[in-house]
Amino acid sequence: MLSRVGETLYWVSRYIERAENVARLINVNNMLMMDLPKGVSTGWEPLVDIIGARKAYLETHTDFSEQKALRYLLVGKDNFSSILNSIISARESARTIRDVIPRDVWEEINSLYYYVKDNQNEGLSKRGRFTYLKTIIDAAHQIFGTLDATINHDLGYTFIRIGLMIERADMTSRILDIRSETLITSTEAKPYENIQWISLLRSLSAYQMYRQEMSVRVQRSDVIEFIMHSEVFPRSILFCLQELKVLIQPLPNASEINQSIDHAIDELKSEDVRELEKGYLHDYIDNIQVELAAIHNGLAELYFLKPAE
Amino acid sequence: MEIDWKAYQTNGFFDELIDAKGNVRTHGKQLAEFFSKLSGDELKKARAVADLAIKEMGITFTVYNEGNMIDRAWPFDIIPRTIGKKEWQGIEVGLKQRVEALNLFIDDLYHDQKIIKDGVFPKGLLEKSVNFRQQCVGITPPNKIWAHICGSDLVRDGKGTMYVLEDNLRVPSGVSYMLENRSVMKRVFPELFEQVPILPVDDYPSQLFDMLAAMSPRPDDKPEVVVLTPGVFNSAYFEHCYLAQEMGCELVEGRDLVVEKDDCVYMRTITGLQRVDVIYRRIDDLFLDPEAFLPDSQLGVPGLMRAWSKGNVALVNAPGAGVADDKVVYAYVPEIIKYYLGEDAKIANVPTFKCLDPKECEHVIKNIDKLVIKPANESGGYGLLIGPKSTKKEQQETIAQIKADPRNWVAQPTLDLSTVPTLDGITPDGRHADLRPFILSSGKDTQITTGGLTRVAMTKGSLVVNSSQGGGSKDTWIVDEEAK
Repeated sequence: MLSRVGETLYWVSRYIERAENVARLINVNNMLMMDLPKGVSTGWEPLVDIIGARKAYLETHTDFSEQKALRYLLVGKDNFSSILNSIISARESARTIRDVIPRDVWEEINSLYYYVKDNQNEGLSKRGRFTYLKTIIDAAHQIFGTLDATINHDLGYTFIRIGLMIERADMTSRILDIRSETLITSTEAKPYENIQWISLLRSLSAYQMYRQEMSVRVQRSDVIEFIMHSEVFPRSILFCLQELKVLIQPLPNASEINQSIDHAIDELKSEDVRELEKGYLHDYIDNIQVELAAIHNGLAELYFLKPAE
Repeated sequence: MEIDWKAYQTNGFFDELIDAKGNVRTHGKQLAEFFSKLSGDELKKARAVADLAIKEMGITFTVYNEGNMIDRAWPFDIIPRTIGKKEWQGIEVGLKQRVEALNLFIDDLYHDQKIIKDGVFPKGLLEKSVNFRQQCVGITPPNKIWAHICGSDLVRDGKGTMYVLEDNLRVPSGVSYMLENRSVMKRVFPELFEQVPILPVDDYPSQLFDMLAAMSPRPDDKPEVVVLTPGVFNSAYFEHCYLAQEMGCELVEGRDLVVEKDDCVYMRTITGLQRVDVIYRRIDDLFLDPEAFLPDSQLGVPGLMRAWSKGNVALVNAPGAGVADDKVVYAYVPEIIKYYLGEDAKIANVPTFKCLDPKECEHVIKNIDKLVIKPANESGGYGLLIGPKSTKKEQQETIAQIKADPRNWVAQPTLDLSTVPTLDGITPDGRHADLRPFILSSGKDTQITTGGLTRVAMTKGSLVVNSSQGGGSKDTWIVDEEAK
């Protein structure tokens, strides 16, 4: 496996997962807004925060109105993490390693690109939005499913899985961070607190699994515990890290990476998150993100193509 | 409205499907009948299916000269071009003969140059050739094969005689489109393949791989074969990927490779450096190795020529093979075949005037408005002057260029290229076409694609079929007329 190819597979996977996550976030936020009374809603601002684009957004936008924020998140040219840009990056990267990925997968990525590009107006309209986002989410699942079923499960696939897990853990941490931070807790919103936690679960496709696994009503402490520490839910941060630990085993000289993953897991387990208050939770999640970045840097250092000397 | 072949006009050209009397040729009977039963709506639908398949499969090529890089969908016409199996078998024999002679010629030029000493090929031509590589003199590649992959362009004139128009021996492209055209057709008209005895084309990638593997300097091990591409911005990038994928080889860029102190080539992998045995390079000679050729090439691999000359890696096609594909050398191919094989050329050359010869040069300048003028070393239709379609000013400019460097120019009569029925809306109309088969030579055997890539000038009356100049393509069928 060429170093350049390993790196590209890793990124293709991250971009697709990112697009899928953003699509799900928008979809769920859209649903939530319909449930919340006017004046209580947090609007679209938190979504821009989740993808870490607040500063860049405000350079070109004056407010977080639905149309402006949505356009930015869906197809914003100046937003590197917009769904369209993620898919463009995935397609362009995939194009440079077209020989490696199964044809069916390339065709799926290519079709997804045309779908996202050609149906933007559907995504921006209230009526078309659900179908538009659902199609993107399904296509992303289909791509990972086809990969799993058709590509050799060798080192290349390992890098696809690694990219997926890192992106997923990173997105989960961002969603939890911003969502718990911006939760409206004023007295008049009290009746809606639960819906907001449910919505957080939904944006991680975690609601049903939460009910099954935790068998308690939806409440802050249990939601946070589930999202961070579940050993069985595939989007929990702990789950992703443990999966990463297994994935890197066949990689040569993986002991350093193994150490940084262990370190991240220790860090993650070190706190009883149920008790963490707002500000502390934020710092704690920040730490986890630093750990994830360290894992990425370790991979890049060991396996990716270095720029020419 | 169904297609009425009786209403189809051949306009005095040789048409691949319909003869001068308006009858359908034997090898096209089933095809013509099938299409005559399709309604306009069905034709439109079929076109839409083809367009969608091309878009979804991502069959593209890149166009340069429009300010920026554009990845364009491949223009495709859904009426196939048919050739009878019998005629095709004759063409195959002719192509084999041609490529065999060209390989002997190249090997001779880099060794004893007997053909020059014997006065058959002018020494002056070689001295001025821009594709002769001093760096290759004295080197003997495995099995003495230099042009492992050759793409020869075939055309028919008004009488239907098949000619070789040119041989592409450097990095000929197009074979992936030939294969993809077939898979698009299978999606569009699956039922046709049940009705017509069409010979399959899809064995090419395995033949290519076998030929490449046979060139390995370490024949006992499982050879590591790679495809070397200039990268995603190259106009043929789609094909590089396609072939690597179909062969299951690594597609590498220059930066993935390194020549180590042992003069062997390695690729940088996740598990460290890994030896490479055969490189199917899709980079022009001059960019291959900055140590041997252009020092500022970013695409190549420093030391590659050193590794090749020591026999530690095979390069396909061999560097320097292009010496036999310029358009002036082309004019000598009949003599080259005679000299090395003692045979007459089985497929004719288009009559060619060499501007190097003062008499012929004078004739060319006098008749510039009737001839096609070609620079020796350009491909893709660049720099070409089509006399009857040119302005006085363009003619004067070309004449000035010829006078400045006569060796660099040849001229041919304008051929009434044959036509193929091509959909214009929902009506078939004749469009000029050529055919590019691909010939693989390993020195032990020679293999030829079944048919080849049919390129069509999509504009009525146009003779330019290159995809970089607005040409399109068709699936090409070799039809077994005798099959029941």
